[in-house]
Amino acid sequence: MSRIKSVLFAGLSLASVGLLSMRAATAGWALNLPPPVSPVGSNIASLHNAILIICVVIFAGVFAVMFYSIFAHRKSRGAQPAQFSHNTAVEFVWSAIPAIILVGMAIPSTATLIDMENTEQADMSVKITGYQWLWEYEYLDHDVSYYSRLATPSAQINNQETKNPHYLLEVDEPLVLPVDKKIRFMVTAADVIHAWWMPELGVKKDAIPGYVNETWALIEKEGTYRGQCAELCGKDHGFMPIVVKAVSQEAFDAWIASKQSAARQDVESGGPDPVRVELATSIAAAGRG
Amino acid sequence: MAIATTHDEHHHDHPTGIMRWITTTNHKDIGTLYLVFSLIMFMVGGAMIMVVRAELFQPGLQLVNPHLFNQMTTVHALVMVFGAVMPGMVGFANWLIPMMIGAPDMALPRLNNWSFWILPFAATLLMLSFLTVGGAPAAGWTMYAPLSIQGGMGMDMTIFAVHMLGISSVLGAINIIVTIFNMRAPGMNLTKMPLFVWTWLVTAFLLIAVIPVFAGAVTMLLMDRHFGTAFFDPAGGGDPVLFQHIFWFFGHPEVYIMVLPSFGIISAIIPTFARKPLFGYTSMVLAVAAIGFLSFIVWAHHMFTVGMPLVGELYFMYATMLIAVPTGVKIFNWLATMWRGSMTFETPMLFAIGVVTLFTMGGLTGIMTSITPADFQYHDTYFVVAHFHYTLFAGSVMGMMGGVYYWLPKWTGHMYNETLGKWHFWLTAIFFNITFFPQHFLGLAGMPRRIPDYALQFTEFNQVSSIGSFGLGLSQLLLVYIVWKTVKGGKKAGNEVWDNPEGLEWTIPSPPPYHTFETPPLVK
Repeated sequence: MSRIKSVLFAGLSLASVGLLSMRAATAGWALNLPPPVSPVGSNIASLHNAILIICVVIFAGVFAVMFYSIFAHRKSRGAQPAQFSHNTAVEFVWSAIPAIILVGMAIPSTATLIDMENTEQADMSVKITGYQWLWEYEYLDHDVSYYSRLATPSAQINNQETKNPHYLLEVDEPLVLPVDKKIRFMVTAADVIHAWWMPELGVKKDAIPGYVNETWALIEKEGTYRGQCAELCGKDHGFMPIVVKAVSQEAFDAWIASKQSAARQDVESGGPDPVRVELATSIAAAGRG
Repeated sequence: MAIATTHDEHHHDHPTGIMRWITTTNHKDIGTLYLVFSLIMFMVGGAMIMVVRAELFQPGLQLVNPHLFNQMTTVHALVMVFGAVMPGMVGFANWLIPMMIGAPDMALPRLNNWSFWILPFAATLLMLSFLTVGGAPAAGWTMYAPLSIQGGMGMDMTIFAVHMLGISSVLGAINIIVTIFNMRAPGMNLTKMPLFVWTWLVTAFLLIAVIPVFAGAVTMLLMDRHFGTAFFDPAGGGDPVLFQHIFWFFGHPEVYIMVLPSFGIISAIIPTFARKPLFGYTSMVLAVAAIGFLSFIVWAHHMFTVGMPLVGELYFMYATMLIAVPTGVKIFNWLATMWRGSMTFETPMLFAIGVVTLFTMGGLTGIMTSITPADFQYHDTYFVVAHFHYTLFAGSVMGMMGGVYYWLPKWTGHMYNETLGKWHFWLTAIFFNITFFPQHFLGLAGMPRRIPDYALQFTEFNQVSSIGSFGLGLSQLLLVYIVWKTVKGGKKAGNEVWDNPEGLEWTIPSPPPYHTFETPPLVK
């Protein structure tokens, strides 16, 4: 047995040295939620951190007791077994204490949830539609809409080219949103269920055909945020990223104006929208498959 | 006259060779069949996930295309749930329940034979789906509509396979309930039954309640696919979310179906190696019943992001959090059983302690996922993958492994190799954690489930996880080897095998004769 232990110990030490040296070489290794940039995201993050700490403390406490027992109450140390088999008072206490802790967790969770689900009094609304395998964004207050799809070239996916820093998390046209505005998202899908997930905003909502689900975000910081479809939606589920570009109100106004004039020019020139044609073809193909 | 003279020989008058196994109505033979089937399926499902983890070793697509990747994850889960864990638990039930309650056999032996022999055909049907155009099902084991409406004949074969597996489970459950209620030896009151029998009694009721619901869900899917109905199609007035409600009304109790018998196994092992009676028998039974009841009323916590009304989300959050109370009671009772005992650490005890520790980690992440607002971040990420593997692998599968080491000497009459058993435990526990612990971080950092390729920042932990999974997979070959060697031979095991264990199964020889307790024992 001691030989097993020493071999295992040596193996573990080697593994941890290996891991530490890998750590020095690369930049991955994120351990927790990304830094939130919305009030809901911040509420979720603090809830998550608080509950994580409570769980870690409970785990450490309970298993400190167990490992003490494993150390002290072993036959090889001459421990004589006690014969007790129940204790109503103790059993009552260890049912009641978890219940109290749970109530303590439920109160802030309830408050956060009520806030998350309150989509009223939004400053603007964006309708998000999931397709196999891209997103459509419609600015309902500005009469602008477009598709957003993966921009990573397939040569990178097939390992024929060096991968971009934002490999698989880059799109041809990001969702551009103003900061400090309450934005209502109306999420739906045209074919199967998708889920629109933006970790930094604390927003994840299923996009379901026949439903329009509502959620909201208020982005507090300018920047580019990246997420992905979170509900298995077929073969290219892993290849329909979401990119949000949060800009100042002025920059947003300028951008939306340019989109609007581009859309008008398209209508005047009269050609069919090439994306729509391609999309119709791909949906028809998926239906046949 | 002839009958009278041959009566004594009658018990050994069963076919030999392959016909013994095909025609058997003996609970021990059928238990063995279930366990062997479970072990084979465990290796098959494990091989599939090795493909997945190899593909995920680095970003980019290397080994499989995304469609085959989705088939692998889907069939891995179906095989592990319906092929490895559920039949494995039924194998334990078959071997142990009659021996534990002092019954000569299961109450419905022919039904028992049929329950088992449906399984290989169902599993074959599921596997053959890989050969069809469009391949095996690729919509995830949850088969969410409308995605599962797409896809080829493989999905239909899976639906029929699920029907067959369900029939097998329900028949097995009926048999177990009838056996427990009718075949107990005199004096074996319900309040004296070993906890393993109790956990299986609750499990069997869960099975009967929810498997038909699941069969209904997949039948509606079949109708939508081929017969023009629109249960789940909004264009025809149907509702995709309806499928999820039906699925999880089955799916959540299913989680406890897989883990409760493991709790029963742990509750048998810990007292033996602590040399001390199980602490809080009554509260253990009540906790199992409470968990069984609660499992029916929490299903939509798997669906917090589908857009339920606020009150629905609040209700399912509160109800889910409640499960922590009876689960906590069980864990505390196990610790109290160990407390001031006189412990030794043979392989079954190591597995039992491993289950208590690692399952508790899964339970604590379960509390985290029950918190609805936080679940919006966890849902459908690797955090959830880590969570349910801590409950399912560490809870159910390691519980079964502990049970195998604990009762294998009884079943075969031979002691297993203790050194190898300990190696198997430590390799399994360590590689399990290397595989699944980093997946918590991946999920929190933003990696969704069920993706064949990922962004660069997820590379490092995926590599750690993949290396762990290869080790975990290889370590299980050791289990196969140990079991094989023990069946073939080894040190002879006495009646009791361990140091004064509790239970009727330890009063009979190891291995037990083909028929046991033909005259019921008297339980004081």
